[in-house]
Order: sequence, then structure tokens, then C-alpha cells
Amino acid sequence: MTDQAQLLPGTLDLLILRAVSLGPLHGYGILLRIGQISGNALLIEQGALYPGLFRLVRQGLLKANWGTSENNRRAKFYELTVAGRKRLRVETDNWNRLATAIGTALAPQSEEA
Amino acid sequence: MKLLDSLRFRIATLFHRSQMNAEIEDELRSHIQHRADDLERAGLPRAEAERRARIEFGGQVRYKEESRDAAGGVFVESLFQDLRFGLRMLRKSPGFTAVAVLTLAMAIGANAVVFGVLNALILHPLNVPDAESLYAIQRGNEASSYQSYADYLDLRDRNHTFDGLAAVNGAQAGLDTGENSSRVWLYEVSGNYFDVLGIQPSLGRVFHASDERGDNSAPYIVLSYGYWHTRFQDDPGVVGRTVQLNKHPFTIVGVAPPEFHGTLVFFSPDFFVPIVNQEQVDGENVLNTRAKRWVFMTMGHVKPGVTPAQAVADLNSIGSWLQKTYPKEDEQRTFALARPSLYGDYLGRPVRAFMTALMLLAGLILLAACANLGSLFAARAADRSREVALRLALGAGRIRVLRQLLTEAMLLSVVGGAVGLSGSIVLLRSLSVWQPFSRFPIHIPANPDANVYAVALLLALASGLLFGAVPVRQVLRTDPYEIVKSGSLGKVGRRITARDVLIGAQIAICAVLVTSSMVAARGLMRSLHSNFGFEPRNVILVDTDLHMAGYSGDQVTEMQRRMIDALESIPDITSLGLINTAPLVSGGYKGSLVFTDETADLRASNARADSFTFSISPGYFHAAVTALLSGRTITWHDDKDAPRVAVINQEFAHKVFGSVSNAIGKYFKRQDGTRIQVVGIVEDGKYNNLTEAQQPAMFLPMLQSASSQTFLVVRSDRDPGQLIAAIRSTVRGLDAGLPLYIEPWNKQMYNVLFPSHVAAMALGVLGIMGAMLSITGIFGMAAYSVSKRLKELGIRMALGAQRKEVLMAALGRAFKLLAFGSAVGLLLGILASRVLAVVVYQATPRDPLVLAGVVLAMGLLGLLATWIPAQRALSVDPMTLLREQ
Repeated sequence: MTDQAQLLPGTLDLLILRAVSLGPLHGYGILLRIGQISGNALLIEQGALYPGLFRLVRQGLLKANWGTSENNRRAKFYELTVAGRKRLRVETDNWNRLATAIGTALAPQSEEA
Repeated sequence: MKLLDSLRFRIATLFHRSQMNAEIEDELRSHIQHRADDLERAGLPRAEAERRARIEFGGQVRYKEESRDAAGGVFVESLFQDLRFGLRMLRKSPGFTAVAVLTLAMAIGANAVVFGVLNALILHPLNVPDAESLYAIQRGNEASSYQSYADYLDLRDRNHTFDGLAAVNGAQAGLDTGENSSRVWLYEVSGNYFDVLGIQPSLGRVFHASDERGDNSAPYIVLSYGYWHTRFQDDPGVVGRTVQLNKHPFTIVGVAPPEFHGTLVFFSPDFFVPIVNQEQVDGENVLNTRAKRWVFMTMGHVKPGVTPAQAVADLNSIGSWLQKTYPKEDEQRTFALARPSLYGDYLGRPVRAFMTALMLLAGLILLAACANLGSLFAARAADRSREVALRLALGAGRIRVLRQLLTEAMLLSVVGGAVGLSGSIVLLRSLSVWQPFSRFPIHIPANPDANVYAVALLLALASGLLFGAVPVRQVLRTDPYEIVKSGSLGKVGRRITARDVLIGAQIAICAVLVTSSMVAARGLMRSLHSNFGFEPRNVILVDTDLHMAGYSGDQVTEMQRRMIDALESIPDITSLGLINTAPLVSGGYKGSLVFTDETADLRASNARADSFTFSISPGYFHAAVTALLSGRTITWHDDKDAPRVAVINQEFAHKVFGSVSNAIGKYFKRQDGTRIQVVGIVEDGKYNNLTEAQQPAMFLPMLQSASSQTFLVVRSDRDPGQLIAAIRSTVRGLDAGLPLYIEPWNKQMYNVLFPSHVAAMALGVLGIMGAMLSITGIFGMAAYSVSKRLKELGIRMALGAQRKEVLMAALGRAFKLLAFGSAVGLLLGILASRVLAVVVYQATPRDPLVLAGVVLAMGLLGLLATWIPAQRALSVDPMTLLREQ
């Protein structure tokens, strides 16, 4: 647990969009899915998920409906809207560019040696 | 769509806050349960699993708050921020705020008042069930609803298209309830009146068609609720009581419901009596006289499924049957339908047209106010361009900045609207209780209701949006970098812009209104002191009708002489006379055709004059101070056995005898053939109203031409209050059952001065509105031009310009517009005074006081409007200005 990485600001939204892109999930399910696709490498406090979810709904990127979960409990299920899918694509590209740039910048260069 | 959705969501979050809280809690709880399920599956007992799940979740309260904010709480919060900031900005410029709020309050208040009256008179006229299908029957060729009673009966019994037809007539009578008698206004109504209208009594019963069993067979009274309240103090025991109406016993059978005030909106009766008892009320039976059209109105509900056109066709077929059967009594009978509440089309059409015009005018005033406020707002936005630029540069969205400006506009409009609405509520309330004619129960019921509030609110919001939108383009164009760098230096236009024309027109209209209201006010003042052919000051008029106290025949003149004798014993009375109808109070009687003595064929077309006719006592001319020009006045010897004589006025002499000098001793004839000798000539006077053309009048001896209507003219220098009390007790001593109305003559003349009063008042109100518009218009323009040219002005000052030059540079345009507009307006106002002279006696613009007044008023207005901008222009400190920009 202790070797989990802290989230960078703004990345939680991206992770949520990514998690939901594979199919409708409820809040706890999203948390599990993020853990699954990131190999449990990220530290997310469970409650912190929810302000993000409400923000994404308000921005029209997610839509939510109440339903029944696999545990036979009432739960709110989130799925991507068309705008959400588009945003996920754009943000993923942005992230990749950023990550590449940061990665390149931080990579050991020949001049340093 | 997305915008709409998010708007709906935000509104929903505003109103369903608690519901939303519950939903968030549900969701968080569901999450914890799911986690606990997993932990339980991993082997923990349920209770322990739930505890762990809660701990892992973290601060529930905090996340709940954050979730709610994320879901839209931000909107509300930033709205409050905007409001707070807006309030602070408005408080920082109290002059601007005051002008804006006042302008809006007046413009919106004017709209609310006009709409309130419109709403009461036209939109919601009568409080009866199914008012939509209730129609009054009026003649097809004239806007009059008068019918003869016999015709009404035929219309009622022969039509196939109405659910009953009711008849109603207004009348005045004396009511004696045992303590003292008073004059009352009542409706004489057909027995089916309440049933046709669907009115249920609030107490006792109403009368029905079955109560009518011939003339004077139904001596019943149904009180109006208001009269029951004021006269009988809500006493339920009043039902079944017998009272004296014109000395005839009538039984009070019931009280009408509180919301029913009769079928004319502006004339509420004290009570209702069956029309079959007409003789006892009016003193003369005209029920069976088909030639006499005296029934004021017939009305009824058109049957369901019948169109108004079908109903008219039905009535017209009865009309042609009546024409064939009774050709002599009345000529053509065609009919039309109209709304009963405003006396059919007679008042309905002009009132509707007038109110529509007023509403349009009020709308225009509001629009002009919005335009002016818009330019004021633009000036402010220009002043604040640095602030706006700074905010934009710091990352505020343009939308957010615009919202801030719009919030300020809305704030102003809502405050202005609230002030205006409360003012209009006060005005409408006092209008509702206002009785313009003290002798008549005429009033305008215009109590404000929810419709008025809604309209005022809507207008306030709409105008806020309207003038708040003016600076939008300005803000959207703002380039923060440029402005912060260089300060604003807009182009200074030299062309005549649409704004100039608008403000010029406003100033001109304002000057027209100021001119005409001053002309009207001066005319009114003059007419109070002009010569009417009598002197109304220091005279108490005692108004009574002996018929209402049961007198008839010779008893009438006998009682009148006793009254004169009794009043003469009151000390300090200088003179005393009697006339049947006082000039300029109750209106004289015309319709008395006069023929020369030689005329044999007394056809209307052969008449020389149509004269006012008065019956007077010998003392009348002396008491009224009407100058006798030649001959003698009336004496007590001119009685029934003496030859018939008359005193005439100059106009009469000119019209009938050609000149004043040869009229004395000559005879004239009336239409019934009586020969009357002229024994005296008096000066001309005003009889019906002040603006009438000079009318012929004859004064007959009361002993030869008796009338139960009595006006005693009591001249005295004593204090009117004491004198009135003395007169009242003296007359009561003769007969306690006489309904009396005692007031100074010049006070009673208010009725004839009413048009002048209304004209002066209306013009005054409009003048104030116009002044307010002009002030905001000039203020807005001047403020804008000063703030646009602040830098230029600073440079001019730095280069040594005098204060006067700076002022001219900053405000020259405003001054020019003011001068030009005022001149045009004054000219137009002088022209308009000719029209005004029709309404207001002695209205003339050729009056140095009026001209000086207009110039002064417009000058003052200009000073007021440019004061703040001028101060600002003069206080420019070139050093600070140049350093800053």
C-alpha cells in the first residue's frame, strides 16, 4: 500500500472517464476498475471520487442513473456521454504528449555525462 | 439544448436542495455498503466490515459538501457574490443609483397604475358568474342603451336567444330609517335582475320575478353590502325592517354579496328596489309610457351555443315587429350588443380607446427610460473599462463580467420596480376610494391585484435586461491589453446621432407638457375668479328635494316659502333666495323651446331659441349677486293667479327679440302655447359648464312654475361650519324627514371645474414624467461624454483652459440640445393650448408668467441633469489623470 503514487491534480477526472469508457459502473465499481487498470499503483481516497463524479455530470461528460448492483443493492451507475467520449480522447492525447515531453526532459541525456 | 439542460439542472438544484442532499447521502451510503460487502466476503464480521468501510471512505461530511458544490452549488454562491459586489458598486455612486432607481420607479409605477385601471375597468369588469356571456342591449344606430319599459317587456318576453333579460335604472331618493333621512342612490331593477345575473344574497333573500304583481306591488329593498356595512353597521336584524323611501314604506328583504356592486363598474348603488315601484321612487309613473325611453339598460346572458350575431338578429326581428305595431311611439328600432359594465359602447368605447392609448404612452415612457438608462449604463461601463479590463486580464470570463454588469442592472430594476409598484399601489388604492363628484356615487374601483404585481415585476425584469444589455457590445469588444496600456480614448463624434435625436425629442415633449400644464393651471386659477353671472363665494347652498319627503302639489311651494321664512330668522344672513337647480352645480335644464309671440305653428324648427329654464324665488338674484340690467325682478305677487312673467338674460333677449332694449314688456311663447311676458333682464352667466358658449336662460317665478327640487342660496359672512349647523337645525325643525345636502356653493362647483382639474393634474403628472426622462437623458449623455473625454479635458486644463471653456467642451452638446428642444417644445406647447382651451376655461398661453415659468423649469431641469457631470468635468486633476493614463 505504501508504495502507491499520489495523484497529480486533474488526473482523477481523466481516470474516471477512462474507467467508465468500458461500460456503465457505479461509484465503488469505478474505484475498483481504476485499481484494476492501474495495477493498484495509485492512491485514491475513496470519498474523493464523488466530487469528481458530480463535476463531470454537471459538465455533461457523464450521465447517471439509479439501478441495482451485482450485490443486489441500489446504486447510481455512470456512463460516458458523447461529449465525455470526445473529451477522453482529447485528454488522453494531451496526457500522452505531456508525459512524453516530461519523460524526454527527465531522461538521462548524453550531455550530462 | 445543453444550455437549457444545465439551466434547468441549476434551477432544479436551487429548489431541490434538500432532495439533492438526500440523494448524495444515498449514494455515499451505497458505496460504503458495497465496500463492506467485499470486506465481509474477505472474512470480516459484518459490523466490523462496515466500520472499516466507513474509515476507508474518509470524511463523509466533507465529501458530501464538495459533491454538492461540484454539482452546481457554485452558481448560487457566485450569484450572491455578484449581488454583493453590485450593491457595493451602486453604493459607491449614489447619484447614479438615485437617478436610475427614481427613473425606473416612475416609469414602472406609471405602467402599473395604468395597467391597474385597465385591469379593473376592461379586463375584469364585473363580478358576476359567466360574465363572458353577459351582454347589454343598446340601440343599433346610437351608443345608447335606453329603452322604454314597455319595449323592454316585449324584448324580454319575445326573444329566443337570451336566458332572461333584466332591466336596470339608476335613481335618487330619500331614505328615512327613523333617525334621520338622507339621499340615497339606488338601482330600480326588474324582478328577475338577481336571478338573471346569478347573484345569491349574503343575508335574507333577493326579490324575484314572482314578486312583481303590477305597479307599486313590490315595496322591497335589497341592500348593497357596502351600504349595509356603513349605514346599518352589519346589523343582521335589519332584514325584515320597514323603512320609508320617499315616505313610502319599503321592507328590507336582504343584503347583496360583498363582491357585487351592481352592473356598472363606476356607479355602485346603495340598494336595489323593484322597477315596478318606479312611481314611488321617481314621483311619476312612466312604466306604461312607450314613447319615453327611460330604462337605463337591459341585459342578459346569451344562451349557450347562440352567437352574438344570432342574438342581434333575434332582437332586430322583435324590433321590426315593435315598429310595425307601435309606429307612433318611437322610430326605428335596431339593436346591438355591448358590455354592460361601462354603459355599453357609450363609455366603453372611449374608455377602451383612452386606456389603450394611455397604456401605449406608459410603455413608450418606459422604453425611453430604458434607452436613457442604457446610455447611463454605457457611460458607467466606459468609466469602468479599466476595472473590466483588469478582471479580464486576471482570467475572468467575459460571460462572468457581463453577468456582473447585468446583475447590477437587474438589481437596479428590481429596486426601482419595487419602489414604483409600492407607489402605484398607494395611488390605485386612493383612486379606488376617490369620489370625484361629492354628489354622485361615481368612483373608479381599481384596487391592485396579483395581475398588477405580476406585470410590474415582469416589466422591471424586462427593462433591467433591456438597459443592462446596452453596454454588452462594449464589454465584448474590450481588449484588456490596449485599455490597461492607454486608458480609454474613444472617438468623439461630431455627427448627430440617433441618441441625440431621441434626447432632443424627449426634451421637446417635456417642454410641451410643462407648457400645457402651466397653461392649464393658470387657466384653472383664473376661472376660479372669473365672472359666472353670479358670485359663488360666501354662499351656502342647501340642496333638497321635497318629493323625497313626500310633498306634492301645492304643499311643495308652501313648504318652500316656510323654509325661506324660517332661514331668514337666522342671524347674520345677508340675503336668501331659492332656485330649483343651482347653476354650475347640478346643471340646468335645457330643452325649453322658445317662440316669438307671432309664431302660430309651434314646431321645433320654428323655435327661436333653446333656453335654460330656472324657477326662482324673489330673493334669488339678490342672494346670487346676479345684476338686474333693466325692468324688475320677480315678486311674491307673481303667483298662480297673476299673469305669467319671466326674467330673461341678455342672450335670450338678443336671440328672441333682437336686442336688450326692446325686450321688456314683450311676450314670448313656450312649446305648450303659454304666453309669457318679459318683465326684467339680467346679466348673462354660466349655467352648465365653464366652457359652454353663451346660452339663453329664463327665470320663472317659483309660484308659477313649481318644482320640488330646491336649492336655497344663503349668503352670509359667517363661518360656514357654524352656519351650516344652524341651517340644518332650522330646516330639521320644519321637517326632520327632509334629506339635506348642505355645502358652500364654490365647493359644489368642483364638479364643473373637474375637467380643468383633471387636465391640469394629468398634464402635471405627464410633465413630471417628461422632466424625469429628460433629466436622465441629458444626465446619461453628459456623463458619457465627460467620461469619454476625461483625458482630453485634462489636457485642456493643463494647457490653461478656463472653467467655462472646459464646461463648454464637455457639456456644449447637452446645452445645445436642451435649448433647441425647449424652444421647439415651447412653440408646440403654445399651439397645443388652443386644444386645451376646449377643456379648461380661460386657458391661454399669452401669459408672461407661463412663458417665464417654462423657461425657468427647463433651465432648472438642465442644471439638475448636468450638475454631476459638470462637477466631474471641473474636478479633473490634469496631473493625476496624466500620471494614471
